Amino acid sequence: MKPEEPATTGADLLVKALIDEEVEVVFGYPGGAVLPIYDSLFKQNRLRHILVRHEQAAVHAAEGYARSTGKVGVVLVTSGPGATNAVTGLTDALMDSIPVVCLTGQVPTHLIGNDAFQEADTTGITRPCTKHNYLVKSVANLARTVHEAFYVARSGRPGPVVIDLPKDVLMNKHDYTAPDKPVQHKSYRPQVKPEASKIEQAIELIAGAKKPVFYTGGGVVNSGPKASKLLAQFVHMTGYPITNTLMGLGTFPASDKQFLGMLGMHGTYEANLAMYHCDVLINIGARFDDRITGKLAEFSPHSKKIHIDIDPSSINKNVRVDLPIVGDAGHALEELIRVWKSRQPRTDLKALKAWWAEIDGWRGRNCLAYKQDNETIKPQYALERLYHHIKDRDHYITTEVGQHQMWAAQFLKFEQPNRWMTSGGLGTMGYGLPAAMGVQIAHPDSLVIDVAGEASIMMNIQELSTVAQYRLPVKIFILNNQYMGMVRQWQELLHGGRYSESYMESLPDFVKLAEAFGAVGLRCHEPAKLDDTIKEMIAVNRSVVVDVLVDKTENCFPMIPSGAAHNDMLLGPDDKAAKPMSEEGMVLV
Amino acid sequence: MSPSDLVSSHTISVLVDNEPGILARVVGLFSGRGYNIESLTVAETDARENLSRITIVTKGTPMIIEQIKAQLDRLVPVHRVRDLTVEGPHIERELALVKVKGTGERRVEALRLADVFRAKVIDAKTDSFVFEVTGNSDKVQTFVGLMEGLGLVDVGRTGIVAMSRGSEAL
Ligand SMILES: Cc1cc2nc3c(=O)[nH]c(=O)nc-3n(C[C@H](O)[C@H](O)[C@H](O)COP(=O)(O)OP(=O)(O)OC[C@H]3O[C@@H](n4cnc5c(N)ncnc54)[C@H](O)[C@@H]3O)c2cc1C
Ligand SMILES: Cc1ncc(C[n+]2csc(CCOP(=O)(O)OP(=O)(O)O)c2C)c(N)n1
Ligand SMILES: [Mg+2]
Repeated sequence: MKPEEPATTGADLLVKALIDEEVEVVFGYPGGAVLPIYDSLFKQNRLRHILVRHEQAAVHAAEGYARSTGKVGVVLVTSGPGATNAVTGLTDALMDSIPVVCLTGQVPTHLIGNDAFQEADTTGITRPCTKHNYLVKSVANLARTVHEAFYVARSGRPGPVVIDLPKDVLMNKHDYTAPDKPVQHKSYRPQVKPEASKIEQAIELIAGAKKPVFYTGGGVVNSGPKASKLLAQFVHMTGYPITNTLMGLGTFPASDKQFLGMLGMHGTYEANLAMYHCDVLINIGARFDDRITGKLAEFSPHSKKIHIDIDPSSINKNVRVDLPIVGDAGHALEELIRVWKSRQPRTDLKALKAWWAEIDGWRGRNCLAYKQDNETIKPQYALERLYHHIKDRDHYITTEVGQHQMWAAQFLKFEQPNRWMTSGGLGTMGYGLPAAMGVQIAHPDSLVIDVAGEASIMMNIQELSTVAQYRLPVKIFILNNQYMGMVRQWQELLHGGRYSESYMESLPDFVKLAEAFGAVGLRCHEPAKLDDTIKEMIAVNRSVVVDVLVDKTENCFPMIPSGAAHNDMLLGPDDKAAKPMSEEGMVLV
Repeated sequence: MSPSDLVSSHTISVLVDNEPGILARVVGLFSGRGYNIESLTVAETDARENLSRITIVTKGTPMIIEQIKAQLDRLVPVHRVRDLTVEGPHIERELALVKVKGTGERRVEALRLADVFRAKVIDAKTDSFVFEVTGNSDKVQTFVGLMEGLGLVDVGRTGIVAMSRGSEAL
């Protein structure tokens, strides 16, 4: 009997596997090694390909797509420079736990190791900046590897996965392997359900608290929108205060009176002091990042700490906790709610009342206050006005990195998860515009705004061309202070005002630049005209670049200087001379 | 110094898929995160299931050791991570090949000490021996130290392999 001739090339198998993984969009850039894949894409119409202008942007776009939908973002790049250009994006996705599958072309298997044209050791280079990576050496393994990669990217703590695809593998033929449902991976099986006894202990600690605070993060977003609903439910049942990390904004409605705002280096006075003085700290899906803890030895010194996280390596990494709970945030919250309901614990209402009174005292400091005059637009004011005009519309926000990012976190209010995309862990300037493209592709009818700095936007400005090609109506709201403001701020506060290389010389005319790319350019420098400019930006059904000229020397407060404790916060410009920075602090970033 | 700052040595067994790059993943994890490797051995141990066993001896505070284990366990091709040092009694063995050059009294003394350490002679010339010595690392180290005074010219050590006592598998 003649064996059946396998009809499908590796490239076609790949496309089929992507469709089976429910992929709708691929962000990519072609090149020699991936031509067979581009050929397969050409012959079908199930997968949409978005042609970016730089591979880094492809990954950020996939991140924006993933973060705003909860799906896996998909990237396709060529070998060598295509793969190395993607490295910053992959690292970004790893740091922020964003599920991405990145397909990289590779030279044919028989040339690997020969310094062939556009060869790079992609699996070697990306090993430390991916959750996992694969080099597919035979077409027989291709489909199975793709399915496994999607499973790994989205399961447990999500992250980026690279599949390196030698060109001969893409051209050889083989039968297709469909995905197993449900997937049974032989070694990677993250623990999703928390231990019941730990939940009981948690309830006991939570119920007995006199000064509790919830501290929740990106893990609640990763868990899916239901987890945020459960979080709100549980927080309301307890009546306790809650703060969010930068990555966790939107997991609890910002307008709720139990919300203390963001915590950490640029967090609110009330959130940070609640962390410092609390007696029970309930961390759900946050990783005790150094931007949060400040000086470790003085981090929340009086509290019993509960930490719910799906990744055991996040637990007891920086901060020793009293009750570690490994599991998915949503599952854990469901259990917490169930046990709380069945036990009907009596909380110490008197103590809680006193705790809230203390918190209200801190709130009374009004730590985000700023003074707007008639002359120059304060960046905070620009964001407050922006929020005023978008709050009743269906909107998504992305940011670049710097002061504008922190002000956006402070002044825009997030009522739902998946609406806020920012580069937290890596802090990648140039993230916001491509991320906004990814969001807009996923939500074509929503208002998508990149809150940008004039320095950051230059890092992926070429993407305006992608924006034009796909007629994406993304809005780029530049808070133009003519400085790398965040750098300038540190130089002012920590380096004696020596503004070394932080002034943005020779900036382009952003209005003309927008026009050159087929977008609408607007400029505003008068506080009185700001509202009209914002309204126009929203009204125009095209991409708009808004150049908002803001106060050049405004600093972002509150600020906990590196190496300082939560109760050692700078509240405003008059506060800065209070204490010289410690030497250990100076070496920190 | 509080107990949480005490640095101690741990022997960790890791069961992994025997696939290209797995060693690089493990070693990269240690170098990338600044952990220290005192000894590392790796070889396929189950050809049918395509599994390898890696034995790592590392040093750190309790918090660091806990991190190391969690980080290892999070690698996708890792099946199991066991800290033999904390999980009850275990045995550690290392093998060394030790080449000693010399004649006369020194040669006789080397041979006599080899006998005490139950080292085997696996190569002999009129002016040299190669000994094979097995035992825990202290024993191997002591033997190598003694040979230094007796014409030691070359040493090769395998690093540590380890196993828990009793009937339980990894
Ligand atoms: C200029 C700048 C300034 C910054 N200042 C601040 C600041 O003032 N305040 C601030 O908060 N941040 C700040 N950041 C961001 C900061 O660097 C970190 O990125 C952020 O604090 C981390 O957020 P997170 O703890 O929520 O963790 P993430 O990075 O979102 O990690 C998520 C955690 O949840 C876990 N997890 C994942 N999935 C699940 C699940 N399904 N169930 C349970 N757990 C899960 C993961 O294992 C991980 O431990 C700043 C960043 C920049 C660039
Ligand atoms: C790729 C990259 N390079 C350098 C930095 C360091 N950095 C952090 S913020 C910042 C300045 C950002 O300036 P701008 O975009 O104008 O924002 P602003 O702080 O002025 O709001 C720099 C250089 C970074 N985060 N990312
Ligand atoms: Mg700026």
